[in-house]
Amino acid sequence: MKITIFITLLLLIPLYGVSQDCTDTLTGQVMDYHNKTPLENASIQILGNQKIVKTDSKGKFQIPSLCPGLYELEISHPECTTTFIKVEVDDITWIDIKLEHHLEELDEVKVVGDAVAEKTNSALEESLKLKTLEQYSSGSLGDALKELAGVSSLNTGANIVKPAIHGLNGSRVLILNDGVRMQDMEWGDEHAPNIDINAAGTISVIKGASALLYGGDAIGGVIVMEQARIPAKDTLYGKSIVNGVSNGRGGNITTELIKAFESGWYLRGQGSYKRLGDHEAPDYILSNTGVQEIGASLQFGKQLFTWGWDAKYSYYNSEIAVLRASHIGNIDDLIRGINNGQPEIIRPFTYDIQNPRQEVTHHLGKLKFYKRFEGLGKWNVQYDYQNNRRFEFDVRRGERDNQASIDLELTTHTLTTDFKLDSKELYELQFGLLGRFQENFANPLTGVRRLIPDYEKYDFGAFVTGEYRLTDEILVDAGFRYDFNRIDAKKFYQTSRWEERGYNQEFQDLIINDLGTQLLTNPVFDYHNFSTTFGAQYTENNGSVIRVNYALSQRAPNPSELFSDGLHHSAARIELGDLRIKSETSHKISASYQQDFNNWGFTLEPYANFIQDFILLEPTSVEFTIRGAFPVWEYRQTDARLLGVDAAAYVDWTNSWRTDHQFSLVKGTDTENNSALINIPAANFRNKLTFVKPEWNNFEFSLESQYVFEQNEHPENITAFSPEQQQEVLLEINTPPEAYHLLGVNSKMEFPFKNNLKLTTSLTVSNLLDTNYRDYLNRQRFFADDLGRNIILQLKLNY
Amino acid sequence: MKTTKFLSLALLTGTFLVGCSSDDNEPDPVNEEETITTMNVTLTPQGGGTTITLQSQDLDGDGPNAPNISISGDLAENTVYDGIVVLLNEAETPAENVNEEIEGEADEHQFFFVPNSSLNATIAYTDDESDYVSDETGENFTSTNPVGISFTLTTTDASTGTLAITLRHEPKKPNDGTLADAGGETDITQAFNLVIE
Repeated sequence: MKITIFITLLLLIPLYGVSQDCTDTLTGQVMDYHNKTPLENASIQILGNQKIVKTDSKGKFQIPSLCPGLYELEISHPECTTTFIKVEVDDITWIDIKLEHHLEELDEVKVVGDAVAEKTNSALEESLKLKTLEQYSSGSLGDALKELAGVSSLNTGANIVKPAIHGLNGSRVLILNDGVRMQDMEWGDEHAPNIDINAAGTISVIKGASALLYGGDAIGGVIVMEQARIPAKDTLYGKSIVNGVSNGRGGNITTELIKAFESGWYLRGQGSYKRLGDHEAPDYILSNTGVQEIGASLQFGKQLFTWGWDAKYSYYNSEIAVLRASHIGNIDDLIRGINNGQPEIIRPFTYDIQNPRQEVTHHLGKLKFYKRFEGLGKWNVQYDYQNNRRFEFDVRRGERDNQASIDLELTTHTLTTDFKLDSKELYELQFGLLGRFQENFANPLTGVRRLIPDYEKYDFGAFVTGEYRLTDEILVDAGFRYDFNRIDAKKFYQTSRWEERGYNQEFQDLIINDLGTQLLTNPVFDYHNFSTTFGAQYTENNGSVIRVNYALSQRAPNPSELFSDGLHHSAARIELGDLRIKSETSHKISASYQQDFNNWGFTLEPYANFIQDFILLEPTSVEFTIRGAFPVWEYRQTDARLLGVDAAAYVDWTNSWRTDHQFSLVKGTDTENNSALINIPAANFRNKLTFVKPEWNNFEFSLESQYVFEQNEHPENITAFSPEQQQEVLLEINTPPEAYHLLGVNSKMEFPFKNNLKLTTSLTVSNLLDTNYRDYLNRQRFFADDLGRNIILQLKLNY
Repeated sequence: MKTTKFLSLALLTGTFLVGCSSDDNEPDPVNEEETITTMNVTLTPQGGGTTITLQSQDLDGDGPNAPNISISGDLAENTVYDGIVVLLNEAETPAENVNEEIEGEADEHQFFFVPNSSLNATIAYTDDESDYVSDETGENFTSTNPVGISFTLTTTDASTGTLAITLRHEPKKPNDGTLADAGGETDITQAFNLVIE
């Protein structure tokens, strides 16, 4: 009994910090958790004692003159999470303390979202920060990405924006949404990514196939959307943004709330709603161009340094009206549309979303688990589920307005796992596996022959990537990936089409049921694709960085390229896939030179992409039906070459004045026919003048000019016989619109209040001068001008 | 322990979901509901004579085959013909008469008959919207714009030329009778080479 009291007293004494004659010593070493690097300059403090010791260059420390007993230590380091450890001191005690030295998983960053870790070393990579994303809160992912050099978009009006990297889009651009590769029918020109831009914390764009971790088929590139990191401390915070948008007479609202605990638990909820009516060109209403978008996500999990898990569900729904005047009957209607100069149908402004329209819903569920192994690395395993439902409603005869013309349901299950060996100082190695099952169901109740058939798809992938630090200045990286894809489809062909395509010569054995005018076929195709990359990054002491990268990538044809077959009313064209299409192979060489001086800097990024068996969709001929003549767009393969350069520079003239300059150019050539490729973005030049004055409530003002050149390299127009005019007519579907110049302004101010409350107001005006223009990469350019002036007033509240 | 449990659960869920979603059912064929495969135009001479039929038939719809055109004979000089247009969807069995749908939406449809300059023939509408029962209201339309399911064709001197027949969906109504003014989307367009003798 007496002894117990004595010990308790002994224990309490040091905690109260009463000085006493003691001779015990606590020594130890503080090091990095993964690679056991000693951490210099870490502070060790005995709780309740003012005494602080620091570690030396070997990470070692010593606290002399201690009494035996139990102590609690607080260990902190500038780059690590502060840790508390209990230790029993008796005579000379040695303790090993491991701190998390990575900012990767959990850190105490207060302003989250501004730190972006690079995904590759040697490839061309750029990222958009939260600040820029918030500016585009009422727009779309594709709009925001165009801020980056080399990124453009293929539009169908203002609401359907497909991002394009270095001139390539669709299946050649992978979109990673918080670690999940989006499976949202990206094969269609008029299918935009099913993503709410407000759900992203940062977005990185890798301009090429060098990030093999994400997939081997990113011939265009990879868009990686990530969440802002959630700190591991007891906190509750959030933000709300409200936008009022003049063009479309609507707006959006988005809210995010995060609750985190020091124990590592966290909960995050986010929701957005957007509603716009008809957009307006400078001279007229763009009838039927409204949009409604709903996005919501819920995420929770536990993140500890050694292990953690994460569960997420996200929902996205959008209803998009498609310009009424762009829905046409045949080439005579198309010619009339082109010649009219303005849309044939201009109605008074309305919020109604009428036919033609699209309605898409995307559900995404994700479970992720990670574990760190001391001195070895980190293991990830993830399962994700996606369900994508797409309805397209056409202007139809009879009582069919509420009966979709296209009704597709795409379900995807993916299981991935990877291991990252990052404990060694000189090299890092990552390897992983992927298994995916996908099923597409095309509802026959549409009363319209399926454009995309029912299919099942199996994917398997394996990769290994690594990086090695050769010298202090040179870092090399390399990777290899293998992908297997099997597509097993059940498709009906019209007997006449089957024969016209010549399939009765090559694929007769695929027929499983002959219904007379239609044939049910069962094509099963396997693709084996290899991709590899290697490159180097050289950092000079004077601030310049040189990157060189080579990437070989292969992409299997998508269902649209294989199976498309039928009349596309939204484009008045007959689209034909080809069962003979095989994988395309890209060799891309890219380099970048980046140099920063005291108050200015520049980046120069040339690249060359040689693609064998490049799959493209081009108008080839004309077919006649009782409805008149239609241009036939066929998928074919050719060898292609894309050469381009992105250049960017900035100058800090004074503390307040800054200018940014950006230029992008890409040239696409069909090298087999020595002709220009279709849908290659025109050269463009962006210049921005920014004025900042932090003293005036962080006042910021910028004026931006964007000049888009005329695309002077494009495929030839085609001629067709017009039944209405009873003669051959020229179909100017490849004639590009003229060059244009747009001005925009943006201004912003911040008002901090008590309790971390902060209000940010901003005003953005795009197309300031209400300029009439049409863009080569907008599929509605035949029918109507692009958007007129748009004024966006934004209020953001951080709390 | 906890993590191991969670992990195995996650893996199992994945395997389970992947394992059981495949089925071998054959998809149902789709018969185009909205396609118009056939246009039959019957021209009956007033006061007796040989009835002439014009047909354009495109059984594979938007398939590669062009429509088949047949004309039963030559038109007589200086004759007034009563014309009737019948549209069929022969992709369905039995063939669907599309006229019913056109009539029910008479205010959203109009036929245009355009003889070229060398054909000595004129066309006049003999119906209007009020002849038809609206699908929407169940009663006859009250508007009186032409529709063109029935018409008259009046020939004069012997000649040869084309007669183009076009059906427009959602044209401007009323219009000045030309395709250019009417706009809308083309549902059918077919030219027939006619001989008047």
